[in-house]
Amino acid sequence: MKELLQKLHDAAMQAILETEDVDSLESLRVKYLGKKGELTSILRQMGRLSAEERPAMGQLANQLRAEIEQTLETRRAALNEARLEMKLLQETVDVTLPGKKQPQGHKHPMYNVLDQIKDIFIGMGFEIVDGPEVELSDYNFTKLNIDEGHPSREWTDTFYFTGDSRICLRTQTSPMQIHAMETRPLPIRMIAPGRVYRKDEVDATHSPMFHQIEGMVIDKGVTMSDLKATLNLVVEKIYGKGTVTRFRPHHFPFTEPSCELDIQCHKCGGRGCPTCKGEGWIEVLGAGMVHPKVLAGCGIDPDVYSGWAFGMGLERLAMGEYKITDLRLIFENDVRFLEQF
Amino acid sequence: MNLSRKWLTEFVDLPLAEIDDRSFAEAMTVSGSKVEVTEDLSAHLKNVVVGRVLTMERHPDSDHMWVLQLDAGRAAPVQIVTGAWNVHEGDLVPAALDGALLPTGAEIRAGTLRGVRSEGMLCSLKELNLTTHDYPYAEIHAAAVLGDYHPLDKAKPSIPADIAPGDKIFGSVLAASVTSLRRGADGDTWDLDLSLSGRSVTASTRCSNLHPGDLVALDTRTNHVCKLSDLRAEQKEFPHCIPDGIFILREDARPGDDIAALTGNDDHVVEFEITPNRPDCLCMIGLAREAAVTFHKPLLLHTPVVKAEAGGDIRDLTKVVVEEPSLCRRYTARMVKNVRIGPSPAWMRERIRNAGMRPINNLVDITNYVMMEYGQPMHAFDFSCVSGGEIRVRCARPGETIQTLDGTDRALTETMLCICDTEKPVGVAGVMGGANSEIVGDTAMVLFESANFDGVSIRRTATALGMRTDASSRYEKGLDPENTYAAVQRACELVELLGCGEVVEGVIDVYPAGRRETVLQLEPEKINALLGTDIDVPTMTAILRELGFTVEGETVRVPSWRGDVEHYSDLAEEVARFYGYNEIPTRFTGAISTCGGFTPEQLCERKIGEICRGIGLDEIITYSFISPTYYDKICLPADSPLRDSLRILNPLGEDTSIMRTTILPSMLEILTRNYNYRNPAARLYEIGRTYHKREDGLADEPKTVSLGAYGPDMDFFTLKGWVEELLDGLDTAKPRFKAETSNPSYHPGRCATVWIGDRCVGTLGQIHPRVMRNYSVDAEFYCAQLSFEALFEARGGVPVFKPLPKYPAVTRDIAVICDLTIPAGEMEETILAAGGERLIDCTVFDVYTGTHIVQGKKSVAFSLTMRDENQTLTDEHAEEVVRSVLQALKEKYGAEMR
Repeated sequence: MKELLQKLHDAAMQAILETEDVDSLESLRVKYLGKKGELTSILRQMGRLSAEERPAMGQLANQLRAEIEQTLETRRAALNEARLEMKLLQETVDVTLPGKKQPQGHKHPMYNVLDQIKDIFIGMGFEIVDGPEVELSDYNFTKLNIDEGHPSREWTDTFYFTGDSRICLRTQTSPMQIHAMETRPLPIRMIAPGRVYRKDEVDATHSPMFHQIEGMVIDKGVTMSDLKATLNLVVEKIYGKGTVTRFRPHHFPFTEPSCELDIQCHKCGGRGCPTCKGEGWIEVLGAGMVHPKVLAGCGIDPDVYSGWAFGMGLERLAMGEYKITDLRLIFENDVRFLEQF
Repeated sequence: MNLSRKWLTEFVDLPLAEIDDRSFAEAMTVSGSKVEVTEDLSAHLKNVVVGRVLTMERHPDSDHMWVLQLDAGRAAPVQIVTGAWNVHEGDLVPAALDGALLPTGAEIRAGTLRGVRSEGMLCSLKELNLTTHDYPYAEIHAAAVLGDYHPLDKAKPSIPADIAPGDKIFGSVLAASVTSLRRGADGDTWDLDLSLSGRSVTASTRCSNLHPGDLVALDTRTNHVCKLSDLRAEQKEFPHCIPDGIFILREDARPGDDIAALTGNDDHVVEFEITPNRPDCLCMIGLAREAAVTFHKPLLLHTPVVKAEAGGDIRDLTKVVVEEPSLCRRYTARMVKNVRIGPSPAWMRERIRNAGMRPINNLVDITNYVMMEYGQPMHAFDFSCVSGGEIRVRCARPGETIQTLDGTDRALTETMLCICDTEKPVGVAGVMGGANSEIVGDTAMVLFESANFDGVSIRRTATALGMRTDASSRYEKGLDPENTYAAVQRACELVELLGCGEVVEGVIDVYPAGRRETVLQLEPEKINALLGTDIDVPTMTAILRELGFTVEGETVRVPSWRGDVEHYSDLAEEVARFYGYNEIPTRFTGAISTCGGFTPEQLCERKIGEICRGIGLDEIITYSFISPTYYDKICLPADSPLRDSLRILNPLGEDTSIMRTTILPSMLEILTRNYNYRNPAARLYEIGRTYHKREDGLADEPKTVSLGAYGPDMDFFTLKGWVEELLDGLDTAKPRFKAETSNPSYHPGRCATVWIGDRCVGTLGQIHPRVMRNYSVDAEFYCAQLSFEALFEARGGVPVFKPLPKYPAVTRDIAVICDLTIPAGEMEETILAAGGERLIDCTVFDVYTGTHIVQGKKSVAFSLTMRDENQTLTDEHAEEVVRSVLQALKEKYGAEMR
């Protein structure tokens, strides 16, 4: 009987190890270890054995069964593993083939820059205000201390809708200062980005329509010190920490004192290079203290309130940011251009 | 405005050696006079020195070159080969030695010319970037040297090759040989000894290209040495007899002297960008004042002194009548007799040149010099051309014309201020003088005008005549009337200094309104409050005084040249400029007292942009103005109210002449451009304004969300999907789409209006093929325009959480056959209404016509989704819903289950 068991064991082991198929493993298990299997039929002959032999034979049978089961399991795991390997091999893709893209739209580069600036000012407690582009000359000029006879009011410079020059396309976003002062409760902290129009022929640096951002603060005790502090902060946000700035006197009819803000050329560190046209500095914006006459003209008492304002050109900022060399590209809207940003 | 640093030292002690250009520019810029560029004139003129010609010999191997030995101030003579013929022994010449740099950019190297060593090159005026305006004496005349004759036709020479002295050339013109020559006493002529076959003659000529042994053509009747023009010869017949050559110096110079210094090129020029409120800085004195305050140095000013030794009095000789005192606040004049026109001295020419102008003659140079020094434009009239001996300042009369100094005839209009005599205009006031009273060689009496004109009037006249001159560009900024007197005095002083005339006693000075002085209050606390500083009164006072303000206690008198200062805030700027803008502390003095933030509209606009980009659309920015023809291109009916646009009266061109009332043409233009650039697809969006006339003349400027696309994947339903996504993203109520067959810009069968509730929010569809033809595009464009305001109104509020369903949904598909014309969307609505609460969704998934379907009918398949909040639906429940849906479809459309 011992031989029979050993024989069965050897046959089963061999059959299991030779099997290449998981499914046939199950039939082997049934064949050898099943209720009607070969082991069972051998064990049925146990009755013929002596009582002394029986326990030893039983022990042997259990041991062999365990071995076969163990081998079955090992083999099953190995075959499953091999099958998976095969599957993975078959499923292998060429990862260098192109992916399936979801089309992604692009914000216009100039509005990218504008949104960046809006976010900076929103973070500093400003509001964004919007106003008319078809504007009264009174708001675009007169109330900003730009008198009749000023060259910018000429028909060669400004677009007009009425023969008496009463209504024009705004040439700057500065009339938004007046609108804000006339209609908004004090204190005011606002920026007003928008389209402005001047009679310039289209070329690489000019366009009859372009964009400006106006900004203004009106409050009690506002000084040129605040102006400098705020604009320095804004410029650091735009151009990066450590940007060196310079304020130099300039002239705008509606601010006094007036200034322009330059940043030190980041390319040459102020030594002078083609980017800064050898000057070492790049002009960024114009600003100044709101002229007390302008305040008074809007019904704000300049002895109680003061304010500062600034204006900057958006196109030039965007062109600088993205190294765009020709202004015309901005309004051409070629998708090969738009999709770069 | 160009400033000569050398000239500046006359007013402020700021030598180049002490303050380099960079520091000068930086300091001036931060005190308010912005420097654009600085230029070291000598940087382009290096190692060119004065040389004296010791000896010269003809080049052994050339028919036109000379070999010179030059004393260039070195230990040994320098040998230079030149092809120029106007050089003679003893001449002082500019010699560019090895390594020299010329203004032309040329670098000079020693070399060998036809086997002879040359240590450099002699220079012409042009090579030094000069002209005969700068050095009138350097004009060169050339005689025809017969040895240089190259016949046009070698077979038929006009002058025989073997011509000998005494031979006749034509008429009285004979060949003559130069035996010797000497420079004449005046320096401009040469005295020649000539031989004509044994006979000797002498002649004088201005031609400087002759040397002993040269054969010339001499007119024996007049003793005139013939030039090419006398022989009617072309230049190529005498290729080396050219009126050009080396600049022969007549300066007080020694061999070895630097030419840059000798010609005034040892100067540095600083170009300023002066803001329009500071016309007082458009001159030496103005900038000198700024420099003096900037560098804390005294300003050295000079008061002109006129001797006026001519006798007589101007008031006996002429009269000035100002008929337009509002346009001419002041007219100051002086007279000069016995005028001698000639070149001005080298120092004046140098300064004029370095300030960016050209020397002309002494009188004209004086007016320009005074303009640059004082900032006051001047004019000089030839008084003999002033009819009636009287100056009248008036506006032009109808039909009057004038020929200006530039030789152009100008038609004048009645708004143009003119300087006239008793008959006619002799100048356009503040713009340009008239040719009829121009200073010419024989002018004997000159009237100097130093006047103050109204800036706006001058600007308009200059613009209308298309001639912006140095004078007009100064006048248009508004000049100081107090300046006219000093300027005319200075001009007369210079006349006497240069010895170019005798000044007549007396000044005519018409100044009807007199001086208007601005007096301000010094309010230090207001100034400090504006600046955020703590500047003390003595500091403020000192700055203002240095700038020429008079400060007595709290009273500040503004100097006449500072018309821009009229308010305490202007004084604040003056103080701040010299205290230093960059010294003002950088700190927040006010508390932030506003909350800020985006408005709901702004947030909605941002959201729309995000959704559009999420769909895959690129943002565009288009012009607000369009061409009126664009309305025709989009087939807008002639009576469409959209054609009533705001019209720009002075547009740049037709293409940008009206404000758009619809954004569609802008999108079509950009799509067309991309199509023409052969971009295979474009998917674009813009949130832009349109402009609609209002009663008060201004405009309503609503925003429109404009979508547009073309490309291989585009069809109506892709576009519609975008619109649906957009509305979904804004969480609006469910939109309805209605077929729109009458919009002339859109395909009548592929256009819809979008409705939310009972409000139409926009239009979408395929662009009409007729419109596409107008754009010459052979493709399908798809566009949508949605009112931003309507979208904003329709947007959903804050979402409210709905519990997730506990029971599964059941779906049933049904297909019905109905008339072809019934819109599926309408059937959907009917189904949803008929299905009751349990029917939660209905979607069309197939529309079929063709085989097995009767003509004029279609099969439409719907997928129904049902759910109950409180139980799992059974088949029975589902069938119940389907039955009532089918019942409704049958009743409403006669639709039968397929």
